[in-house]
Amino acid sequence: MSKMKAVYGDSKGSYTAKLKTKSIILTVWFIILTIICLLPIYILVVNATRDSTSIANGISFIPGTNLFKNIKKLFGDMNYTQVYNVWIGYKNSFIITAFSTIFTVFFSAMTAYGIHVYDFKLKEISYTIILLVMMVPMQVTSAGFVAFMLKLKLTDTYWPLILPAIAAPAVVYFMRSYMKSSFPLDIVEAARIDGCSEFRTFLSIALPMMKPAIAVQAIFAFIASWNNFYTPNMILISSKFKQKTLPMMVSAIQASDKFTDYGAIYLALALSILPIIIIYIILSKFIIAGVALGGVKE
Amino acid sequence: MASAAQRRIKSISYAKYGYLFILPFFIVYFFFQLWPLINTFILSFTDNKTGELIGFDNYKTILAGAGGRAARNVSKSFYQSFGNTVLLWCGNFIPQIALSLSLAVWFTEANLKIPGKGFFKIVMYLPNIITAASVAVLFLQLCGEAVNTPGSLNLLLSKIGIVKHDTVSDKYDTIKFITGTAQARGVVMFIQTWMWFGNTMIMLMSGIQGINPSLFEAASIDGATSGQVFRKITLPLLSPIMAYTLVTSMIGGLQMFDIPYLYHKDPNKVNTDLKTVAVYIYEYFHDQTDPKMGYAGAASVILFIITLILGCIAFYLTRDKDEIAKKKQRKKAAQQLKQQNKQFGGLSL
Repeated sequence: MSKMKAVYGDSKGSYTAKLKTKSIILTVWFIILTIICLLPIYILVVNATRDSTSIANGISFIPGTNLFKNIKKLFGDMNYTQVYNVWIGYKNSFIITAFSTIFTVFFSAMTAYGIHVYDFKLKEISYTIILLVMMVPMQVTSAGFVAFMLKLKLTDTYWPLILPAIAAPAVVYFMRSYMKSSFPLDIVEAARIDGCSEFRTFLSIALPMMKPAIAVQAIFAFIASWNNFYTPNMILISSKFKQKTLPMMVSAIQASDKFTDYGAIYLALALSILPIIIIYIILSKFIIAGVALGGVKE
Repeated sequence: MASAAQRRIKSISYAKYGYLFILPFFIVYFFFQLWPLINTFILSFTDNKTGELIGFDNYKTILAGAGGRAARNVSKSFYQSFGNTVLLWCGNFIPQIALSLSLAVWFTEANLKIPGKGFFKIVMYLPNIITAASVAVLFLQLCGEAVNTPGSLNLLLSKIGIVKHDTVSDKYDTIKFITGTAQARGVVMFIQTWMWFGNTMIMLMSGIQGINPSLFEAASIDGATSGQVFRKITLPLLSPIMAYTLVTSMIGGLQMFDIPYLYHKDPNKVNTDLKTVAVYIYEYFHDQTDPKMGYAGAASVILFIITLILGCIAFYLTRDKDEIAKKKQRKKAAQQLKQQNKQFGGLSL
C-alpha cells in the first residue's frame, strides 16, 4: 500500500513538474513572439526620433533627440510637405471613413431588420443573394467599377468611396445572426399595438437593442475603411494632393525621390499609424472579442 | 385570446415594409457591385482600344498567348502573376496556420500556468490592424539594402556578424531583401504571416472554446496526454473551422495587393517577382496612358471563377445544418398541402 502511494505521489509530482517546465518554455516562446510582433513598430518609433545619418549608421533601441528637427522637416520643408501632409491625410481619411462606417452599420442593421422582421415573397431569395455576394472580392469587380465611374464622371470624387458602404453583405449577415438570437418579434408586435410606426420601431426600439452588434461592426468597418488603399488609389486618379487619403500619401513617400531623410520618413510612417494604434489601445479587448465572434471577413 | 387590436394587426400585410427596409441595400448593391461585375464581364469580351465586341479573344490572349509576341508576353505575365500569388499565399499560410493552431491550443489548455494571456493575445493581434500600406513602406525602410546606408535589418545582422562590414570603405555586404527574388518573396511572406497569424489564432481559439469541455475532462480523467487530446479531440472537432479558415484565407490570398504592390525599389515599376494577379489586373485598368480594359476584365473574370469555386466550398463547409433540415421539413409540409388541395378539386390558395 505504501509502495503504491509512493509511486502514485511520484508520478503526480513529475506530472506537475512537467507542466511547470512546459509553461515556462511556452511563456518564453510567447515573449519571443511578442518581441517579433512589436520590434518593427518599436524600431519605427525609435527611428522617428533619430537623425538620418545615425539611422543609416547603426541600429539603436534607445530613442534619439532629433524628434523636433524631424517634425520641422516633415511639416516645414517644401520637398516633404508636397508629398506628405498628415493633416490633409487625416482629414480626408476621416471624412471617408466616418461616412462609410455610419452608412455600413445603419443600412446593414436596416436590411437585417427588414429580412428578420417581415415576411415577404422575396425574403429567402434576397437573403441567399446577400450570402452569395459576401464572397465576391472588390478586386474582381474593380475593372468594371472604374470603367462605370469614369462614364458617370464620378472618379476623383468621394462618392464611389462612401456610397458602396451601404451594401455590406458580411455586416448584414452578422446583424441578422445577432437579431436571430436576441431580438424577439413580440417587441415589434407590442410596438404596433401601441401605434408605433414601422420605421420608428426600427429607429427607437431595434437600433438601441442592437447596440453591441453595431459597436463591433462599426469598429471593424472603421478600421477597414481607414486602412483601405486599393479603392481610393483607383478612384482618385488625377491625384490632386488635397484629395488624397492617408495610405495614398504613405505610398507617395515610397515613390518620391525627394523624400530622402530617414528620420522624416520614419516620423511620417509613425504618424500614419498613430490614430489606429490609439484606437486599438483603447478598444483592444473589445476588438479581440469581436474577432472571436467571427465578426471580420477575410 | 387575441384582442381586437391584435387581430386587426394580424390582418394587415406588412410585406411592403420588408421591401422598403431592404431597398437601399439592393439599389446600392446593384449600382456599385452587381453592375460593375456585369460590366467587367462585358469588358472582358471587348477590344482594349476600340471597345468593340471581340468574343473570347482576350481570354485566348491571356490563357494561351494567341496573337503575336505582345500577346505571348501578356500571357506569360499572367501565369507568372498567378504563380507568384499561389507561392506567396502558400508561404504565408503554412507558417501562419502552424503558428496559430499551436498558439490557440496552448492558450486554451486549462492546466498550463501562463501569465498575461490577455496581453499576449492583444499584442499578437496588433499587426493585423495597422494600415497595410504603412507596413509595406515600413518594411521597405527596415529592409533597405544600400551598401552605404543599409536599413535596420541589415544593420542588425551586421551586429550579429552575418552581414560583413568593410570598415575601410564603410560599406556593408548587404543581403538584398528588396531586389533579390527569394529574399523579397521571403519578406512579403513574413509580413503576411506577421499580419495575419493573430487573427487566425483568435478565430481558432473561439473554435476550440466551442468544443464541449466535458470531452476534455473525460480525456484527462482517462489519462490522455496533451498530444493525444490534440489529435483525437481538438483537431477532428476543429476541422470545419480549419477548412473555413483555409478557404477564406485562399480567397483573401487571391486579392493580395497592398504589400506586393508597394514593396519595390524602383518607384515606377512593381517588382515582377512579387506581382500578384490583383496587381496584374490593377496595372491594366489603372494605366492612365494606355489602359487595357479588355485584359483587365478577362483576368478579373478568371479570378472571379476561381473565387466562386472556393466560395462555394466555404459555403458548403459552414452551412447551417439545422436550418437545412427545417427547410426540408417545410418543403415536405408544403407539398403535402398542395396534394391535399389537388384532392379538393385543384383549388389552390
